[in-house]
Amino acid sequence: MSTARSIFDIIGPVMVGPSSSHTAGAVRLGALARAIFGEQPRSARIGLYGSFADTGEGHGTQVALIAGLLGLKVDDPRIPDSFELAQSAGLDFSFEELSSDDAHPNTARFVLECPEKDKLFTITGSSIGGGSVIVTRIGSFPVEATGDLPLIVARHTDEPGIISAVTAIFAAENINIASMKMSRERRGAEALMIFECDTLPEISIIEKLKTIPQVHKVRVVPAV
Amino acid sequence: MPYACFTTLLQDAADKQCSLAECIQTREATESDTSVTQVRARLAEILAVMREAVRQGSQPDIKSRTGLTGGDAARLFDSVNRPDSVNVIGPLFTHILAASMATVELNAAMGRIVAAPTAGASGVLPGAFLTLLHEHDLDDDTLIDGLLVAGAIGACFAAQATLSGAAGGCQAEVGTAAAMTAAAVTYMLWPREESASSTAAANEAVNEALGHAASFAIQGQLGLVCDPVAGLVEIPCIARNATGTAVALAGAQMALSGLKFPLPFDEVVDAAARVGAAIPPSLRETAKGGLAITPTAKRIRRELR
Repeated sequence: MSTARSIFDIIGPVMVGPSSSHTAGAVRLGALARAIFGEQPRSARIGLYGSFADTGEGHGTQVALIAGLLGLKVDDPRIPDSFELAQSAGLDFSFEELSSDDAHPNTARFVLECPEKDKLFTITGSSIGGGSVIVTRIGSFPVEATGDLPLIVARHTDEPGIISAVTAIFAAENINIASMKMSRERRGAEALMIFECDTLPEISIIEKLKTIPQVHKVRVVPAV
Repeated sequence: MPYACFTTLLQDAADKQCSLAECIQTREATESDTSVTQVRARLAEILAVMREAVRQGSQPDIKSRTGLTGGDAARLFDSVNRPDSVNVIGPLFTHILAASMATVELNAAMGRIVAAPTAGASGVLPGAFLTLLHEHDLDDDTLIDGLLVAGAIGACFAAQATLSGAAGGCQAEVGTAAAMTAAAVTYMLWPREESASSTAAANEAVNEALGHAASFAIQGQLGLVCDPVAGLVEIPCIARNATGTAVALAGAQMALSGLKFPLPFDEVVDAAARVGAAIPPSLRETAKGGLAITPTAKRIRRELR
């Protein structure tokens, strides 16, 4: 099942071929992983599942995923040349084939790193058809992020009242929430909140949310 | 979700006492926080990309990245004018098939196309629209109304079934495109009287008919497998877009001639979802079954490596 919010998800995107799921969707998945990571990673290890692994080569899936990590758009004519672009942009990358019974057929797992900043993210997502994508996991936390709308991602300690404190700040800032999901490692431990918002929040929202003592990290992710 | 169910959409149009295209564009503007004018302007841009793709894809020298395909659209167009050509389906229909192949041939050449709903199925809708517009003298406003209707029908499949060949076979891609196109063509060509005595009744009649058109089209493609040779969007995808358009226009003709599909469209979409899920993984874009594993297909795959 997919969630078409707009007829432009159906009649569109305008894209470079040959495959909306394996080329355009792969570009968007790479771009969304980059946006969640917050910058261009120095290194990317990418695991491919299902038909991303089986037929990805003929569809240019690998060049498309790298193009997305470099921030290219789905109709950018440079997509076929992304491996060369990555070299000049200082992005090291590798691919491996993975297998899983429960993963969506077109799934990639990104291990993104900026070693000099001691920054490492594992982001898993799927291309669900027609260029639509969904990120299903950030680190160990299950999430649902399509990249169609801006995101606010917050790491916090699981305690009562955090959601209400966070959403009170959203209300004061006039941020409308389209969807939200929260998950935690276990009761009282590390937790992650992810909100899809109708408009891109001001970057100042980060400091405002961090005034809540239990909130450690906040990231504003633009739509891709 | 704004377009989950066809029945709800029609009810919404009836409540608002507006045409289906008006209802859809208002929803779209509200959902994306923009204006109806901007929605239509964006669709006009999409129409322009479609026109350019059919033009480029119709060139005789077009070649896919692999060199396996290209030029069939041009050959079909050309065949109409040859004095020795054998005419089975008439020049209009031959042009429609050619225009449907053009976009997909350009797609395989890594050209710029509009996914509708996917790149692998990008030929059906423009193939029908951009050929019928000459025959029926359709202006851009009518074509944009058609795109709105096609988009809403596609969104029903997205919400209740899938648009991914990897999840639901080619039925999810060319099948959905054919249903979208059948509905849109029915909507665009439905006879509208200048001074309709009851606008509400006229809207209801066309809206019901386009649901029948979409059902007629998708029933003809239930179970359609996705078996791309060498895993590429080339063989049989280019030809399958042309035959998909043929099914789409058969559906539109049946509905425009007053035929009604006996099952409601939402139930047909639900059936499509069940059939798509039942297609074995070997026939869902993995290139592990069907045409993809014939001896010649295997040879092509080996030679490309």
